[in-house]
Amino acid sequence: MPANLRLSYFLPVIIILTLAAIFWSYLGEIKDGKSIQDLPSALIDKPAPVFKLPSINSGDKGFDSAVLKGQVTLVNVWASWCAPCRIEHPRMMQLAREGVAIYGINYKDTPEAATGFLTELGNPYKAVGADRTGKISIDWGVYGYPETFVVDPKGHIRYRHVGPIMAQDLTDKIRPLIKALNK
Amino acid sequence: MITVRLLALILISVIGLSSANAVEPNEILKDPVLEQRARALSQDLRCLVCQNQSIDDSNADLARDLRVVVRDRLTAGDTDKQVMAFVVARYGEFVLLKPPVNARTSLLWSGPALVLLFGAIGLVLWFRRRGSATAEGLSADEEKRLAVLMDENTVSGETEQ
Repeated sequence: MPANLRLSYFLPVIIILTLAAIFWSYLGEIKDGKSIQDLPSALIDKPAPVFKLPSINSGDKGFDSAVLKGQVTLVNVWASWCAPCRIEHPRMMQLAREGVAIYGINYKDTPEAATGFLTELGNPYKAVGADRTGKISIDWGVYGYPETFVVDPKGHIRYRHVGPIMAQDLTDKIRPLIKALNK
Repeated sequence: MITVRLLALILISVIGLSSANAVEPNEILKDPVLEQRARALSQDLRCLVCQNQSIDDSNADLARDLRVVVRDRLTAGDTDKQVMAFVVARYGEFVLLKPPVNARTSLLWSGPALVLLFGAIGLVLWFRRRGSATAEGLSADEEKRLAVLMDENTVSGETEQ
């Protein structure tokens, strides 16, 4: 039989193997804790949004985006009603102890609940702005809570993390990035 | 007939249900023209929480907020293009339910046509090969064997009757 016919015998096998390789790579990503639903941020390497949010309590200062320039900062979008925010909170406290400047955007919360959350678990934030309508969060392209952004000294967003930050995210991504940006 | 009518009724009501939208009365703009544009735009914007629904269909909190943002932009005098650019700047092209035609999506858009083309080429090749195989005909040897087989068949056929 001619050679091209023999090739066509192997074609299904080649197709199956190619598909298997693609699926395998997706499976690997899931195993590494990355969800297929994690979307890349459209704002990477772009300037952070400009805004001025009032504080959760009328007494404190709010969150003015001007503070994002001149140092490496973390911007954490959270809410007292968001369970994963509670899960990641110890990591925020730890980063704050390490001297990282963390700013909070309190998403659609009541002043009482938000204050209660910080009183109960500790306050890692240099300042927290209350985003009651959710409009500023939309400016950041937020679609799930919590979300954390790393902003470089020029005020550009360099990294976005969707979901709670776990110990491994600190060692693998957040700390090395902050270190690199501080140089 | 009654069952047919009943089926038709069920079908119509199901289709009617699926086009129901999530827009709440207090979101609707007073200007019907602007509201119409807002509805059209919302149907092309993906809800990022429940990723296969448009923000017009989704009851998610974020979808509601995005519907309000779309309406705010339109009221402020943005064109449809500006509104879409506003949302894409924040959420990326993934937010568009209908992907734009550009270099990155060229394979996506041309994919079906390419599959059709390859299928057509494959069919043509297959028919050609088959055509040439039958055209060769039988050799003298094969003709002889065929005649013998046919004879056997008729003989056995007769004995059975």
